[in-house]
Amino acid sequence: MIGEIATIFAMAMPPSAAVSAGGDDFLRILLLQDFNTRVVVAGAMLLGAVGGVVGTFLILRRRALMGDVLGHAMLPGVAAAFLAVQALGIERSLPVLLLGGGIAATLAGLSVIALRRVSRLDDDATMAIVLSGFFGLGVVLLSVVQSSGGGGQAGLEDFVFGKTASMVTSDVVVIAIGGLLVASVAMLFFKELRLLCFDDAFAASLGRPVMGLDLLLLFMTVVIALVGLQAVGLILVVAILVIPAAAARFLTDDLRWTVAFASLIGAVGCWSGVTLSAAAPGLPAGAMIVLATSGLFIVALLAGPRRGLIPRWSLGRSLRRAVGRDHLLRSMLECREVTGTAAINADTLMINRPWSRGGLLGLLRIARRAGEVIQIDRDRWRLTDRGEIEAAAMVRNHRLWEHYLLEYAHLAPSHVDRAADRIEHVLDPVLVRRLEAELGTSVERKPPASPHPLSTEPPSEDAVSNEGSTS
Amino acid sequence: MPVHHRHRNPPIGPEHDSQAALSIHDVTVAYHRRPVLWDLDLDIPRGVLAAVVGPNGAGKSTMIKACLHLVPRVSGSIRLLGDDLAAVQGRIGYVPQRETVDWDFPVSALDVVCMGLYRKIGWFRSVRRRHRDAAMEALDRVGLADFADRQISRLSGGQQQRVFLARALVQDADLYFMDEPFASVDAATEEAILEVLRSLRDAGRTVVVVHHDLQTTRDYFDWLVLLNTRLVAAGKIEETWTPENLRATYGGRLTLLEAAGWAMGTAGSGQIRP
Repeated sequence: MIGEIATIFAMAMPPSAAVSAGGDDFLRILLLQDFNTRVVVAGAMLLGAVGGVVGTFLILRRRALMGDVLGHAMLPGVAAAFLAVQALGIERSLPVLLLGGGIAATLAGLSVIALRRVSRLDDDATMAIVLSGFFGLGVVLLSVVQSSGGGGQAGLEDFVFGKTASMVTSDVVVIAIGGLLVASVAMLFFKELRLLCFDDAFAASLGRPVMGLDLLLLFMTVVIALVGLQAVGLILVVAILVIPAAAARFLTDDLRWTVAFASLIGAVGCWSGVTLSAAAPGLPAGAMIVLATSGLFIVALLAGPRRGLIPRWSLGRSLRRAVGRDHLLRSMLECREVTGTAAINADTLMINRPWSRGGLLGLLRIARRAGEVIQIDRDRWRLTDRGEIEAAAMVRNHRLWEHYLLEYAHLAPSHVDRAADRIEHVLDPVLVRRLEAELGTSVERKPPASPHPLSTEPPSEDAVSNEGSTS
Repeated sequence: MPVHHRHRNPPIGPEHDSQAALSIHDVTVAYHRRPVLWDLDLDIPRGVLAAVVGPNGAGKSTMIKACLHLVPRVSGSIRLLGDDLAAVQGRIGYVPQRETVDWDFPVSALDVVCMGLYRKIGWFRSVRRRHRDAAMEALDRVGLADFADRQISRLSGGQQQRVFLARALVQDADLYFMDEPFASVDAATEEAILEVLRSLRDAGRTVVVVHHDLQTTRDYFDWLVLLNTRLVAAGKIEETWTPENLRATYGGRLTLLEAAGWAMGTAGSGQIRP
């Protein structure tokens, strides 16, 4: 595989760079002042937009690699069409070559589906076999084309890595027609495609033709691969299908929005790729499109509101902090109840709960900044009025839970503290009121008495070994 | 991969009840030469809550899938509501196993329930207000009205199972097939699901459920299909729920004592299950 790519790699260099301009012309490109630039940008953005739509369904159907299979499979088709045209002596034209590529891609897609049905191989193995088989044939045919000599074979290698920068109006028209076709099919069958991707067995039970819908998705992918061939080339066409769609999944929880965002990311990625390659002469536009789109993917992966890494991390952090604060305030109030003094030593608190000294001091610092505790001297702290109110409310909730668990879950008193701990951080006011009503306690802010003795001593071995012996 | 298989459906024998909700006649299903169902022949009457019970690999799910033409059958014929599947497809409801789908899929609970209406809505038409209203009603029936807009991965396993049930409810079917609707749900959810199934039966619908919990089978269902590749027994639960039948179904995997206990209905009922 690597070797095959390497043989073609030489062909891709030097990249065509018709739009490439000096750095001082960057503004001209950015502002789309040349007709040529406008054509290239429009074509690339259209392609990115529809690629994202189809890619979303491909990913959700777990067929992301299908784009790769179809892309690679077009090589033998294009080469065979070229040879046929040469043999027949017809004038070489783009539609004929694309037709060859389209036929080969369709055959490859059908082979994947057929192979999956007759063999017991998994999807990924099937796709790997078909991809490499077709691509191998393509490399052979390409070498036949090159050794056959004759004029006009130049340009065939454009299909391998694309020729975005030298797109002309007719290319953009091809992309627009293909894109419009695919977008309207996606719109017409949106409901059915959603059902197919989510639950194909249920779709079949409704009498929906699962195989037919899969073929429809295959057809859409072939069209995208065909029009994308012009722009990014057959090796990288999978990128415009998969990357924007994968990025969009970090942004939203709704399929319609996933499709919309994938489309937007595809378009923006293609635009920035084209612009960057134009600004830095010599950089191949197709590869720049893929890199720019990958960059957008990484941004979505990090910052995406749905499952992005940063939002998830900060959510976890704020939850940990909220729980820590609850524990601290409650412990301070309970220590005061037991010792009778407002000033509380950090060591006393550490007996109360298994937290590290550093962690405890960190929590105390946060609480001091929030105005909930005051540092009396180097090692002693006390609750402020505000902290006291907060802590009292928390203790009240905690003890309501304890009573509830004792009352309804029949736990032993020694176990209730821990059980109540886990849930109390998510208590909402409605639930608190219900608990109060059920337990017949007053609505005053005063917490009910603790159902178990409070201690500032470490728990005895006995209490620990009792864990789990409740019936 | 579920594919809609075309089947020759030879006429069903005269020994079958033409009024039955489901008639399976001499059906054999094989996966790659290994038979999963062998010469299955049974009737399930209308208006019953039927359990399909048997050990792992006994072909319980396969039986349901064969009825829905989701797997090809080698031989035999099946009548649903007295007709071929194609003729009654709109009157059949289906709850697949929960694990068969990706719960991270970008849809809300309401979206999933609306899928039950896709056949009624038809091709090229989109989900309208009245469809969403119907779906909301079904969600309410399974106690999930407050979760309609929630993305499905943010639901608990039991809630996900109830979303599937709601999707089947909007199908408003006469014959339901449910594949392990009680699998790994908590006690409260199990109670809620059972209540819905009983109300379906009481409304004259037929519900065929793949069930794996022997302890509850006797209490929950009124019709029983005991399966172990071949049919062991099928009929009213009070007639088929015998130690002999259970032993024949489970073989050495079930001790005599357990079989007797379950058959007498002493074990399980009233006890808290682990």
